[in-house]
Amino acid sequence: MTTLSKPMAPPSPLREFWSYFSANRGALIGLYYIIFLILLIIFADVISPYHPYEQYRQSFLMPPVWEAGGSWAHILGTDDVGRDMLSRLIHGARYSMLAGAMVVTLSLIIGIVLGVLAGFYRGTFEVVIMRIADVMLAVPSLLLAIAVVAVLGPSLLNAAMAIVVVSMPHYIRLARASTISEMSKDYVISSRVAGASSFRLMFVAVLPNCMAPLIVQATLGFSNAILDMAALGFVGLGAQPPIPEWGSMLADARQFVQSAWWVVTFPGVMILTTVLAFNLMGDGLRDALDPKLKQ
Amino acid sequence: MIAFILKRLGMVIPTFIGITLLTFSLIHMIPGDPITVMAGERGVSAERRAELEALLGLDKPLYEQYFVYISNIAQGDFGKSLITREPVLDEFLTLFPATMELSLFAALFAIGLGLPLGIIAAVRRGSIFDHTVMSISLAGYSMPIFWWGLLLIILFSVTLGWTPVSGRISALYWVDTVTGFMLIDAWMSTEQGAFTSAVQHLILPSIVLGTIPLAVVARMTRSSMLEVLGEDFIRTARAKGLSPLRVIMKHALRNALIPVVTVIGLQVGILLSGAILTETIFAWPGIGRWLLESIHRRDYQVVQGGILIVATMIILINLLVDVLYGVINPRIRHSN
Repeated sequence: MTTLSKPMAPPSPLREFWSYFSANRGALIGLYYIIFLILLIIFADVISPYHPYEQYRQSFLMPPVWEAGGSWAHILGTDDVGRDMLSRLIHGARYSMLAGAMVVTLSLIIGIVLGVLAGFYRGTFEVVIMRIADVMLAVPSLLLAIAVVAVLGPSLLNAAMAIVVVSMPHYIRLARASTISEMSKDYVISSRVAGASSFRLMFVAVLPNCMAPLIVQATLGFSNAILDMAALGFVGLGAQPPIPEWGSMLADARQFVQSAWWVVTFPGVMILTTVLAFNLMGDGLRDALDPKLKQ
Repeated sequence: MIAFILKRLGMVIPTFIGITLLTFSLIHMIPGDPITVMAGERGVSAERRAELEALLGLDKPLYEQYFVYISNIAQGDFGKSLITREPVLDEFLTLFPATMELSLFAALFAIGLGLPLGIIAAVRRGSIFDHTVMSISLAGYSMPIFWWGLLLIILFSVTLGWTPVSGRISALYWVDTVTGFMLIDAWMSTEQGAFTSAVQHLILPSIVLGTIPLAVVARMTRSSMLEVLGEDFIRTARAKGLSPLRVIMKHALRNALIPVVTVIGLQVGILLSGAILTETIFAWPGIGRWLLESIHRRDYQVVQGGILIVATMIILINLLVDVLYGVINPRIRHSN
């Protein structure tokens, strides 16, 4: 008698996800860079050589160490009032990443609640919510954000609020669309028959099955939030000086385009690499989470 | 066909009403008293306050204010600037050609470069060329364009001295405004070298504004081409013995273009957002800079009117793209 070999257990969903995700080199690079940034913002006070607001009067606009006139005291040079660039860049990561995290969390939560409610109850409520979302999508996001900041007044927090408002419609649409497609499935009907409450149906039964596209959108939304934050900072409507937010650092640096390239270059490199990392990771997540592409 | 256009038009009207509600409520959402906020630190006299209240209609009930607002808009009255006292629409029309010229050349740059890059990348899938184009387009897609503009200024204007730093034309030339498009006006003017100067001023801003659309067009063209190249009719065309160039340019490209055209239509909003930043960097006298300056000057009438005009324009352009899409692709026209 031959013993039947035990059928191989299917890989756990998490392991399956990781094997798809880690096959994408770009996505891994993005992930590692984001982990690096998170460590940077946690240990910013320990790592950065100086306080970001401290002014060194003996060295205004000192070039980075490898240029003539540079010194190891300020590796990436100093800005126009003698503040250490490296320290400001490290602390700047805090503002960009925290603002991004706040924007994504808030807009994701509000967007999911409104979208799932719209998809669940349909009718007038849905029409009103979707029309409002359409109106907000018709205005270019930066313009709408600028309008909101114009009303609230320029500050880091108001800029973040403006971006929350602007990015919400995307989540509303996604959450509604996936809720509608899930609602007709057998498991929802059976749990309804079993007497599950509306709340349980919406957020315990349906929502977890709608998360994949929302997670992808949230990652890409993170990069948009950082980019829009920096743009608002650049036009003077975001973080106000002396806060070392990358966009507003660039706004200060504009006048030195002709004389001090380093104050212009480094903040932008930080914005670009951070946004790039989130976009790379978002692409990887989409490939790993989208069942159509898995085949 | 007409029924299709009418249906699309009917869908636009609620969106437009929504936008008027949005811009209308903008001024009412200012925390505290809008007139005190507008006056800023200098304060405002009692007469000027009454005058402003009457001008903005703030002394009437809300629904009446909205009704007046809507009927004024219907007559083409978008209010007057609080600072220059010029009608908002007039200011918009004066500045719009500058933004239009910049956006057109940015779009030309994006499409002219993005289409061929995307096609070649798709045809040579997996090659070094493909990887390079895709990496660059990912970087372009993630680019903070306000920084990109500053970098290009450092390289081409400051270090190499090839292009001017800001403006639409050198201050040496005086060109009469006929069309508002500097290239055309400079072409027609009698000043020697004016046209060359206008072209030089246009190059960098167009590249900066066109960077993100370029990345989007290249990516979209590539993926759309890849999809079409895998279809049966392409294999048939190849099997018939048609030259590869003919298969790609005639059979594949035509079918691949449909989604690309849609994406190009959607870039209009991105171009106008980008124009705000690009015009700020290059001191380009267009509507982006105008809107931003009015915010800094607390000229809420201009902000309100300007946003409404720009948003309406985008809705209309999207409608146009939608209708064109229906014309190209009958499947869309006849669905639902």
